[in-house]
Amino acid sequence: MTVDVSQFHQVFFEESLEHLANMESALLQLEGGGNDPEVVNVIFRGAHSIKGGGATFGFQAVAEFTHLVETLLERIRSAKTVITPDIIAMLLESVDVLREMIGALQAGTEIDVTRSAALQQRLTNMLAQAGEGLADSPAGAQVVSASESVDDAGWRIQFRPHRHFFRTGNDPYRILRELADLGHLEVKADISALPSFLDMDPEECYLAWNLVLNGKISRAEIDEAFAWVEGDCDLIIEPLATPIQAASTKTTAEVRRADEKPASLMAERRAGQDRRAEGESIRVSIEKIDTIINMVGELVITQSMLSEVGAMVHGLNDTALENLRDGLAQLERNTRELQEGVMRIRMLPISFAFSRFPRLVHDLSSKLGKKVELKLSGEQTELDKTVMEKIGDPLVHLVRNALDHGIEAPEVRRSQGKPEVGQIHLEACHQGGNIVIEVSDDGAGLNRERIAAKARERGLLAEGVEPDEERILDLIFDPGFSTAESVSDVSGRGVGMDVVRRNIRDLGGNVEVSSQPGQGSRFTIRLPLTLAILDGQLVRVGDQVYVAPLVSIVESLQVRAERINAVAGRGEVYRLREEYIPIMDLRRMFGIDTANSTLSGSLLVVVEGEGKKLGLVVDDLLGQQQVVIKSLETNFRPVACISGATILGDGTVALILDAGQLVNAACGNAAYEDSASDKVTAAA
Amino acid sequence: MSTLNAMQNDIGLGVAVNADQYLTFMLAGEEYGVDILRVQEIKGWGKVTPIPGTPEYVRGVMNLRGTIVPILDLRKRFCMDQIDYGPTTVVIVLRVECEGRDRIMGIVVDAVSDVYAVPMEELRPSPDFGGNVHVEFVRGLATVDEKMVIILNIDKLLNADDLEAVSDAE
Amino acid sequence: MATILAVDDSASMRQMVVMTLKGAGYDVVEAVDGAAALQLAKSKSFNLVLTDVNMPKMDGITLTRELRALPAYKFTPILTLTTESAADKKQEGKAAGATGWLVKPFNPEQLISTVKRVLG
Repeated sequence: MTVDVSQFHQVFFEESLEHLANMESALLQLEGGGNDPEVVNVIFRGAHSIKGGGATFGFQAVAEFTHLVETLLERIRSAKTVITPDIIAMLLESVDVLREMIGALQAGTEIDVTRSAALQQRLTNMLAQAGEGLADSPAGAQVVSASESVDDAGWRIQFRPHRHFFRTGNDPYRILRELADLGHLEVKADISALPSFLDMDPEECYLAWNLVLNGKISRAEIDEAFAWVEGDCDLIIEPLATPIQAASTKTTAEVRRADEKPASLMAERRAGQDRRAEGESIRVSIEKIDTIINMVGELVITQSMLSEVGAMVHGLNDTALENLRDGLAQLERNTRELQEGVMRIRMLPISFAFSRFPRLVHDLSSKLGKKVELKLSGEQTELDKTVMEKIGDPLVHLVRNALDHGIEAPEVRRSQGKPEVGQIHLEACHQGGNIVIEVSDDGAGLNRERIAAKARERGLLAEGVEPDEERILDLIFDPGFSTAESVSDVSGRGVGMDVVRRNIRDLGGNVEVSSQPGQGSRFTIRLPLTLAILDGQLVRVGDQVYVAPLVSIVESLQVRAERINAVAGRGEVYRLREEYIPIMDLRRMFGIDTANSTLSGSLLVVVEGEGKKLGLVVDDLLGQQQVVIKSLETNFRPVACISGATILGDGTVALILDAGQLVNAACGNAAYEDSASDKVTAAA
Repeated sequence: MSTLNAMQNDIGLGVAVNADQYLTFMLAGEEYGVDILRVQEIKGWGKVTPIPGTPEYVRGVMNLRGTIVPILDLRKRFCMDQIDYGPTTVVIVLRVECEGRDRIMGIVVDAVSDVYAVPMEELRPSPDFGGNVHVEFVRGLATVDEKMVIILNIDKLLNADDLEAVSDAE
Repeated sequence: MATILAVDDSASMRQMVVMTLKGAGYDVVEAVDGAAALQLAKSKSFNLVLTDVNMPKMDGITLTRELRALPAYKFTPILTLTTESAADKKQEGKAAGATGWLVKPFNPEQLISTVKRVLG
């Protein structure tokens, strides 16, 4: 039966990428001045593993390239080559090249050989210069001293296993069987060394064999059968034409091996220095996890339905009722625990997202000529896998910004009495049901004058107006706003802070900035721990119940009719303290009949989306609860201003409001005026 | 097999070779049928959550054991008169194929009728009624016990426009 | 039915070895490193041990030595999986008590024929 090895490819790609990540960390450690041999071992093992898998699964390019890397590392490991910054840079580049190769293989695209070929050449040159030849390349040659000619007659073989032969796990019978497969074998056992039964140690081998093997058989085939046991026996192999020589110790087979060194000194592998996560783990497909999470979501809904029914049950006697209620309460506790446990399955430490930053900071700071130290803390803080995947890009942008615009050049820092080496700090922690990630630096901070000037230039700020602190800092998140003198390729074109904020908002979170001129800036990102569950505020609109995400709600208040102003041709605005915010009557918006068609007596839920505020007019505020987000698109389609649906305790469906889209819908028709600062916000 | 089906669909008889059983229901005095293999279940009418910005015949969505399922009112879809829902009003939950995907959706009908077997050959093409039920919804006409049964093409009930996201609210 | 212990820190290699040998009718148990393998070997007896050499926690050479120290594994065939460029590794393995070796890269057919050699 043939096994199709391509089914193992994906696993090979994934683990190779893991190895490459470990190698990169280790290389950065070495660069920092580490000299730990175990660190070198990690790098070596990574390359070795990728090479082995690459060759096994038929990825020749990967195997060949990695072979060079492995050879270099072996030299370093055996102290034949000294680690220099150049070598580390070359190895880091090799890691990049291999990543690209694996990526190309994964995607099924062509491997770009230009980069790898150049690097391969440099590696080869380097290894050649060191004076030693490369280790055996993947086509190990077997040197056979005896002639390989096929002998028509056959061979005569004296096979004398050493006493301890069995302890190697080899079985003479196995070897004889193999020889018998090659041709016609005559076996004569030599029991002359066999002691008496009482003196015999059953674990020792006292037997020897004289064999005659007839047939057209090459010497190599015979050597193959004895390949494993050369050092454990005396062998004389002769073509049948020549007479047997007197038994001598050195056999022609043994001449082949250059050296039979006993186990060389091996470095003691340090226990516990394992780069992989401690403890056992198994790989599980994401689909299986999602299925379980969905099922638990269903369970939560069913359980809350039962709780509602339980609260309404009549007609049972007291004991039964109490038992029922107790049971339901217990069920709720169990379900909550199960839900929390299941949510944790998809949670991974944020170190996965942080891991790219040491390299990024290292490369970027040298490119910019700045000295920066990156500090990571709270790497074990866990968050949902999907959230983590999506937070990567925003974080990269923030860190790049800090490097590009925040941290000053060494001379500038010195002249300000700051240490030459700037600090960038990535920190994560849990707060309530959220994860908080902070990106802070001790650089120049946000320049308020420049921001204000730019804002005026872009028409985001009216002339002569001095915005307050909050407004200034908020301006940097405005679309189309960039204070970079030139759009450096470091921070990238067209990727602005507005995209960062939008990405974070899409994840159900938000981002804030605080900054001290000359001292630094801090960006604080707050994210919910999971995407599938939402903290919601239930609101009643007519006879319908909607869910507003708590994270979008700024405040809720009773509508005061006198504060409503109609702005000609633009709808209505509400005076909220010093601001005028547009309002949207959800009853009208969603075409719901309601007894109370006026605005008085209703409630205003002020939400924030896309950087703007909007007041939603609703009839009533119902409770707050966690809701499981269900997709409308699975069987229907996306709906404007609605981000999804959920199933309430009574089994009915409630739609979840999308604050951002509602805000856009409200502003799409009109501009609104902020009378406090007297500026005009252009329509989106 | 799939080419055969495609061909048959072009002719308007799209019936897979083996499935010629239909669940029939009443709507405004007429009897209609749907491929029984597409029927997932039959539910009594229950509370439906309306969805803003959708055509009138999309009554809203309903919770079907944890899945959000859109519910279509066939009377509205076929531009017939509205009636109040009564005790026999039911929702037939169907598996439809729309815009390249399988979806679950429910249709509100006056009452469920029966299950008939109609061999493929006996399905006649439908002339354009010129009125209520547009020919695109009709797969063919069958005669059972001297009654006419209108066999529906349920994959067409939710059309492409309905399934596009509406990017701006009104 | 013969039971084989396959030890390799590379998941893709393990998968390949396990599936190939299971397909050939053997029972296979896998371990991610020498330490795990040693634990398994102490609680269950195997007819053959296939082990990679370079692994964290406990490498294949040490594993071989440790296994040979167990009475139940004095004579059990142990094969190391080595790459051809590490010729000395083969001898290192033998010196530690290994039965023989299998050279990487190998394809499924080579694996099966080598195992058949040893187990019959």
